[in-house]
Amino acid sequence: MNAPHDPSSAGAVLAQKAHFDAPLKLRGGAELAAYDIAYETYGELNAARSNAVLVCHALNASHHVAGFYEDNKSNVGWWDNLVGPGKPLDTRRFFVVGSNYLGSCFGTTGPASINPASGRPWGADFPIVTVEDWVEAQARLADRLGIERFAAVIGGSLGAMQALQWTLSYPERVHHALVIAAAAKLSPQNIAFNEVARQAIMTDPDFHGGHYYDKGVVPTRGLRIARMIGHITYLSGEAMAEKFGRLLRRKHLGFDFDIDFEIESYLRYQGDKFSTYFDANTYLRITKALDYYDPAGDFGGNLSAALARARAQFLVVSFKSDWRFPPSRSREIVRALLDNRRIVSYLEIDAPGGHDAFLLEDPRYHSALRAYFANIDL
Amino acid sequence: MTAAEQALLAARPDFGAIAHWVSPGARVLDLGCGDGALLRYLWQAREAPGYGVEIDDDSVLSCVENDVNVLQVDLESGLSLFADSSFDCVILSQTLQAVRHTEGVLREMLRVGREAIVSFPNFGHWSARLQLALGRMPVSASLPYEWYETPNVHHCTITDFEDLCRRLDIRIRERIVLHEGKPVALIPNLFGSLAVYRCTAG
Repeated sequence: MNAPHDPSSAGAVLAQKAHFDAPLKLRGGAELAAYDIAYETYGELNAARSNAVLVCHALNASHHVAGFYEDNKSNVGWWDNLVGPGKPLDTRRFFVVGSNYLGSCFGTTGPASINPASGRPWGADFPIVTVEDWVEAQARLADRLGIERFAAVIGGSLGAMQALQWTLSYPERVHHALVIAAAAKLSPQNIAFNEVARQAIMTDPDFHGGHYYDKGVVPTRGLRIARMIGHITYLSGEAMAEKFGRLLRRKHLGFDFDIDFEIESYLRYQGDKFSTYFDANTYLRITKALDYYDPAGDFGGNLSAALARARAQFLVVSFKSDWRFPPSRSREIVRALLDNRRIVSYLEIDAPGGHDAFLLEDPRYHSALRAYFANIDL
Repeated sequence: MTAAEQALLAARPDFGAIAHWVSPGARVLDLGCGDGALLRYLWQAREAPGYGVEIDDDSVLSCVENDVNVLQVDLESGLSLFADSSFDCVILSQTLQAVRHTEGVLREMLRVGREAIVSFPNFGHWSARLQLALGRMPVSASLPYEWYETPNVHHCTITDFEDLCRRLDIRIRERIVLHEGKPVALIPNLFGSLAVYRCTAG
């Protein structure tokens, strides 16, 4: 982590909020009459307004991409190793925007926000939101910020789905798309893991059908199990073996149901931490957004036909140890782009981190991103 | 021609021959593209857009730095990323000798491309024959590795390659044989150190 005095840190940043009154029609049919979007920016928009880069976040992250908060210096942005002055996505050259998706619990309007119709938290009544809806909301934020066209849109995992969708929803507004640790749709196995996570939340007695805010309780148990399941899929088996092996937490096997192994301790810790800051209704909706994303769906499953609209230049990156969205899923995207004669480069990084490798600082990965960004003409 | 281009062509004399056969604006695929020098050269010389296939991490990074489209996949496991006849020209430049599945790669090249251009160091050059006759594995400008460190696994001579093309029903359209950058007309399999072929499916 960067200390506050680190010259390559984006420094102290402020979260901002934009309010939108124009109704937003969602893919599921519902309409949001008004909403807020939380966002942060780093660097300066140039006079030509040609140097903006949108960073799309994944499941549990937020608009806090880089830097730290003055009143909480240890709260460092989730992609701080990538974004900052002199970093691969250099904020001396680019104007970087982090935007929090609809349905979040970090500032953008979501299930915990007040439903103007009832004066109470939305809870279960907050609509299902999709990747397409998120892009729509981000486009309105871009309008507000005076950004006609992004020099690049970048994201990993669920963020990569948004970057890809940007090139389809607004082909003319994206110069480059960096699609990292991606899949163009979830596999049945991915959906299965999501369903177990949802069941863990929805069967928690404190869930109350999603209207738990009024009751003064939180479905903590469900949320922590959901996170534990998710976490298993983010790490590679190899990384888990390397980090934990079969190391014991206590001197001998306990022959009871307390923690024996380090990996159990780690998962419980991750689950506990997550359940203190994340909202269960948000988690449910994000997993649905993942499940529903399938741009080829309207094209009889033909991804090449779906990507024919895209005009951007692409960098696609996968990680060999990622079994959640393995390289074969990224190659499907590359193949569809090649079928459309799009400009694309594809990197398959032999890094051990599993799906989470996109957040880590593998030198091959970061050097490639640095070189790619440096070659973007503004 | 710039000084940089001259230096490049001196180092890689097959590039000039390859560019000669690539029509302006042709879509090219360069297998084992290294740092992307050939693709850059073809873009400058022929305005031919293309992609490189490369497996080595450092080379892939160089391609990104050089603004060359690169796809980090193993060309040995097939070119399944590429649709049939999706390129005007698929190039294998001084990589043939390092390929394991030679027949499969040559077939894939002509599935994906209308034409294939293949260049390789000629193991039949007199200096290689002489070194073998003296009981040594050949080491030369075009075969710069000692036997224990060479990445090359399948050396061949001009005659060997042409035999394989016949067997695989690959039609040789043109051939240029070079030594020290100059065309060789007399007994090419003896006096040529570098062979460049333009092929199509038979």
